[in-house]
Amino acid sequence: MLGRVAHGIFWMYRYLERAENTARLLAAGQRMALTRGDEMAYQEWKSILTTLGLRQAYESHYDDYDGPHVCDFVLRSKHNSESVLSMVERARTNARACRSAITAEVWEAVNEGWMTLRDLLARPVRSSNLNMSLAAIRRESTLARGASHGSMLRNETYCFARLGTFLERADNTARILDVKYYLLLPSLSYVGTPLDTGQWDNILRALAAERAYRWLNAGRMDARSIADFLILDERFPRSLVFCYSDMRGNLAELARLHGAEGRCHEAMREADLRLSGKTVEDIFDQGLHQFVLEFIAGNQSLAGAIAEDYRFVS
Amino acid sequence: MTASEPDNFDEMHMPDGSVREAYQGYNDWLEQQDEGWMRRKAFEAESFFRKTGITFNVYGEDDAEERLIPFDQVPRIITGAEWRRLSKGIEQRVRALNAFMHDLYHRQEIIRSGRLPERLFRDNAAWLPQMVGFTPPGGVYTHIVGIDLVRTGPDEFMVLEDNARTPSGVSYMLENRETMMAMFPELFSKVKVSDVSDYPRKLAKSLAACAPECVEGNPSIAVLTPGIYNSAYYEHAFLADQMGAELVEGSDLRVIDGKVHMRTTVGFRPVDVIYRRVDDDFLDPLTFNPTSVLGIPGVMDVYRSGNVTIANAPGTGVADDKAIYSFMPDIVEFYTGEKPLLPNVETFRCADPDALKYVLDNLSELVVKEVHGSGGYGMLIGPTASKKEIAEFRHKLENRPENYIAQPTLALSTCPIFTKKGLAPRHVDLRPFVLCSPEGVSITPGGLTRVALKKGSLVVNSSQGGGTKDSWVLED
Repeated sequence: MLGRVAHGIFWMYRYLERAENTARLLAAGQRMALTRGDEMAYQEWKSILTTLGLRQAYESHYDDYDGPHVCDFVLRSKHNSESVLSMVERARTNARACRSAITAEVWEAVNEGWMTLRDLLARPVRSSNLNMSLAAIRRESTLARGASHGSMLRNETYCFARLGTFLERADNTARILDVKYYLLLPSLSYVGTPLDTGQWDNILRALAAERAYRWLNAGRMDARSIADFLILDERFPRSLVFCYSDMRGNLAELARLHGAEGRCHEAMREADLRLSGKTVEDIFDQGLHQFVLEFIAGNQSLAGAIAEDYRFVS
Repeated sequence: MTASEPDNFDEMHMPDGSVREAYQGYNDWLEQQDEGWMRRKAFEAESFFRKTGITFNVYGEDDAEERLIPFDQVPRIITGAEWRRLSKGIEQRVRALNAFMHDLYHRQEIIRSGRLPERLFRDNAAWLPQMVGFTPPGGVYTHIVGIDLVRTGPDEFMVLEDNARTPSGVSYMLENRETMMAMFPELFSKVKVSDVSDYPRKLAKSLAACAPECVEGNPSIAVLTPGIYNSAYYEHAFLADQMGAELVEGSDLRVIDGKVHMRTTVGFRPVDVIYRRVDDDFLDPLTFNPTSVLGIPGVMDVYRSGNVTIANAPGTGVADDKAIYSFMPDIVEFYTGEKPLLPNVETFRCADPDALKYVLDNLSELVVKEVHGSGGYGMLIGPTASKKEIAEFRHKLENRPENYIAQPTLALSTCPIFTKKGLAPRHVDLRPFVLCSPEGVSITPGGLTRVALKKGSLVVNSSQGGGTKDSWVLED
């Protein structure tokens, strides 16, 4: 497999995953805005921009944190090179450049997804249509992932597709934890007040975790068990541990196919040390924020090692 | 029932409106179809092409980055007997082209014999001195050829153009058939049509047979594309995918230890055959255009040492020039010792003063083409041109006569297309695709039919509003 193609596939799945997660984040923000006062809603939109790393870019175009402005900027603004629309475009461009590495089903899913979202986001999205549009973004990404799962050979290409997906997903979960960590600190939480459970609920929603969490924790909601769930639960497909377990498997498969390990396998073992055998208490003792920061940095260097080991660019 | 226009040959209908033999089976089926249903099918075809991404890119148009070539759902049909005659003529011509290339880059017997003026290739930008005295692996120059044919009567097919560099359009031949079979499956059970779907397999086999002699085992084949912004990118990806070959860009390739290698996830791996869809000029910045980023530095040295096959061979463009074209009947005869089975269109070489005078006197009835032009650009179609356009061309011709050839305006055959008002005749041409290897010449039955969608128009080029049709050769 060509290094350039491995690169293209890896990023195609990162873009698809990021588009989907961004839609979830906006949906959670929208819900917050509808159920809380203006001030609370502004804070929420601001923190969403921070999570996405878009605050600076946004603030150079707007001086408020109005929901419609934020959504327009994040979804489709020409001034935002990281908009959902441009992510979907890039995913599709990569799919085109790697056309012979993916199946016709995957190509058609990505291409049709791009056509649908391009039309949907051609004009500003009205508030009344926001949920429908966000659902469409999630759906298109899901279709592409499903087509990949159902039609692609389990070979090198698939390994890079999965690595891209889970590396991005782990990054997204960690970013949310990074921005909201203070809400999960037991010492600072206002246990039991309506405001708190609303904030917690919102974190869970942004990660599509609210139902799963409730299912597992029947009526109980506290910071510690939420952090435990999002970081360490092996059953939840967006937890850090889950993402890394999938990545570990795919890196092992690459080592098996190539008959050799690389720097990325070393980086993976280091990352494992940070996660494995940990309890949520250990993490709180170390400092939740510190833990998340280190995780994000480790995730980035893992991505760099993969790119280098598999000759993505040179 | 649609009658053909009186002054040209319609391939489906006789002047009295009855249906010719080739179209009998199709017509029987068509008469049983509901017209509204047929109209809906046209939309279906378009959305099918959009979804699968069968698009071509147009340079210099921001808005329409990727366009569809319009597809018409009425097939263009040729009988088995007609095809057998055509394919003999095509094979003869392609064999002659290869022999001609070899001769031009070696002993130049055809020049010595006085049959071809030397200036024709000496002044030709496509002529590559780097190829002199070198024989490509397997002795093949034109691995893939597209011969453009036009028809003017029941038995009158002639060659309009030879495409010996990098003929494109074969993906449309294949996808048009897939589309037709998906839209009208029952039609194919009623009418037996020769299969085209094994073209990619044959292409891979033919290219492998041209691998350098030093290669042991299965040669590694790569399709070299200029990248996703190239107008034919879809076809490059399609062919690589269908052949199971790697689709590479120049930046993926590197010359190491006298061999071409591609950068893979496990390091650099050798490439034995490069099916390049990059022009000669961009192939090797060390030999040709130094600013090219599309090629592979040093590939020409590897090529000349016999360690890689480049298909088509560099320098083949010298044979598909329009000035050379006018000599093709002589060329065929010189190398095959036979009379050409397929005639040329009558061609006036404006470099010749008598011909120039005739052309200038009859501009409003002739088609004038640039010798090095392609894609239907830089040409004058006398009968439909304005006075101003004719005056401009007169000026150009007087200044640089050797840069032009002229041909009579042909009464090109028509084939019906499906319009809102039913069937209507439009002009068509045909590009069959030919593969050459030491194992022989292989011609896929049919080819790509291009159709001028505008009533009366003779320009079939996709860059100028032409469409395509599925092309059928009937099994008898």
